[in-house]
Amino acid sequence: MNKPAESTNPFRETEAGARQRRLESRVRLALAGLTLLLILPLVAILVHLGVEAWPALRWSLLVESPRNGMRDGGLWPAFVGTLYLVGLSLVVATPVGVAAAVYLHEYARDSWVNRIIQMAVINLAGVPSIVHALFGLGAFVYGARLGYSVLAASLTLAVMTLPVIITSTRESLAAVPASFREACWNVGATRWQTLRAVVLPNALPGILTGVILQVSRAAGETAPILFTGAVFFKSVTPGDLFAYRLDEQCMALAMHLYTLSTQVPGVRPALPAATAVVLLGVVLLVNAAAILVRSRTRSHRRW
Amino acid sequence: MTTTDSILTVEGLNVAYGGRSVLRDVNFGVARHEILAVIGPAQSGKTTLMRCLNRTIDHIPGARIQGTVCLNGQCVRSSGTVEDLRRRIGLVTPLPVGLPLSIYDNVAFAARCAGLRDRAELDHRVEQALLRAALWDEVKDRLDQLGTRLSGGQQQRLALARALSHHPEVLCLDEFSIAIDPVTTMRIEEILRELRSELTVVLVTNLLAQAKRLSDRTLFLLAGEQVELGPTALLFGGGGSEKTRDYVEGRFG
Repeated sequence: MNKPAESTNPFRETEAGARQRRLESRVRLALAGLTLLLILPLVAILVHLGVEAWPALRWSLLVESPRNGMRDGGLWPAFVGTLYLVGLSLVVATPVGVAAAVYLHEYARDSWVNRIIQMAVINLAGVPSIVHALFGLGAFVYGARLGYSVLAASLTLAVMTLPVIITSTRESLAAVPASFREACWNVGATRWQTLRAVVLPNALPGILTGVILQVSRAAGETAPILFTGAVFFKSVTPGDLFAYRLDEQCMALAMHLYTLSTQVPGVRPALPAATAVVLLGVVLLVNAAAILVRSRTRSHRRW
Repeated sequence: MTTTDSILTVEGLNVAYGGRSVLRDVNFGVARHEILAVIGPAQSGKTTLMRCLNRTIDHIPGARIQGTVCLNGQCVRSSGTVEDLRRRIGLVTPLPVGLPLSIYDNVAFAARCAGLRDRAELDHRVEQALLRAALWDEVKDRLDQLGTRLSGGQQQRLALARALSHHPEVLCLDEFSIAIDPVTTMRIEEILRELRSELTVVLVTNLLAQAKRLSDRTLFLLAGEQVELGPTALLFGGGGSEKTRDYVEGRFG
């Protein structure tokens, strides 16, 4: 094998090297195959939905109200309702969640009270949404006398998304090196100045990731809003962005999808599929916006 | 060296983390404009001592501190805010830390935290601090670049500039040279010699040669105990106690 006369190239592949390479390429192929398998369901869902929904996909679908017992017409009330619910719940949950995480990670001393709070937060993230729904019904609809309303439903969704926002914010705060904080303290910065100038800007991409994840969750959940503020049908002016007042009930896409699929006889199969496509579209749109913000902040700050 | 002309005095300092004692009965004074070297092997409490001086020890959960540290005769625990104290006692850490801000903002950070907003004054301070840290020539054309993109040696000088930007009375350097090259080390040592007319320096170092060539007096810590404090020439000339002689001559343990 290593007869020097045979080759002048000292970097020629050896027998063992070639065997190693063949094995490596086989393993890599297997891993790539598994990865492809992973995205298969996603592709299948998208293709199936697209084909099913194609006959009903028109611009008018988005801007019209449902007609003829929801068998015809568009999705505007449900579309706007979902925007309201997701937007409002995030407006409530994000500042509260980020503030709680900042307190827990940056200010609170390590005591048993805080450890219990942290455990509670983690467990809260695992509570099924139907339980959150019951809580929302008791706390917001009856307890706070908000009634069945956009506000009660959004607050319920906010409570549901809060623990994940807290947890992901804590994780991203922990990912900012401690040496940055110490360097700030060493030159006489207060904790708050350190947070504002260095810690929060660098934790922002991670915080946004947590919020992004919760957008999909808030848009997709049916149980919490079913119990607290969503209705089967509500008539609003098509195309009106301010369709609902906060103390009114509203329609929502996830709920509408359920209604069309199970509660209304004689619906064309294209309509629920089209509703699902719009729901996915809303989630993707909000996600894309958040990802854009995230990548911009990331390119600005790097160490 | 009496305590009356000392800028910094440490009396009866004891520190424990949890139940583990790290510093026991440390007493010394630092004279104005002197360079004091603190030497000792790992785990002897050098870094903890530095943290006591500027009270960053407060950020360590479970640390118990006894004794007093006084700056100009004023106990650091009773004089003004802790932020004010830290502006009067600068600290440079072992590993270079460029904050993820622009070079300008890195240096202007301390002044901004103190409430300075005037742009011209900030410009002046940044330039002065970078000049004194021997970094100005290398970065003056790219002050808006990220400080974290600088090389290790440059980042350490950036940290030095940040520490000098708030005009401290005492500058503490905690093993400032372990992550940087010998040439940069020599440049910073040169700067320290130049600055001694306006500054008092406490220098923690594992490099015995550095302590020898730079300091006026040397404090030898061993496992949390203060073994000896004396003129550097005396300690390194074999005039110290047996333990000190063993350590400085590399015959330890």
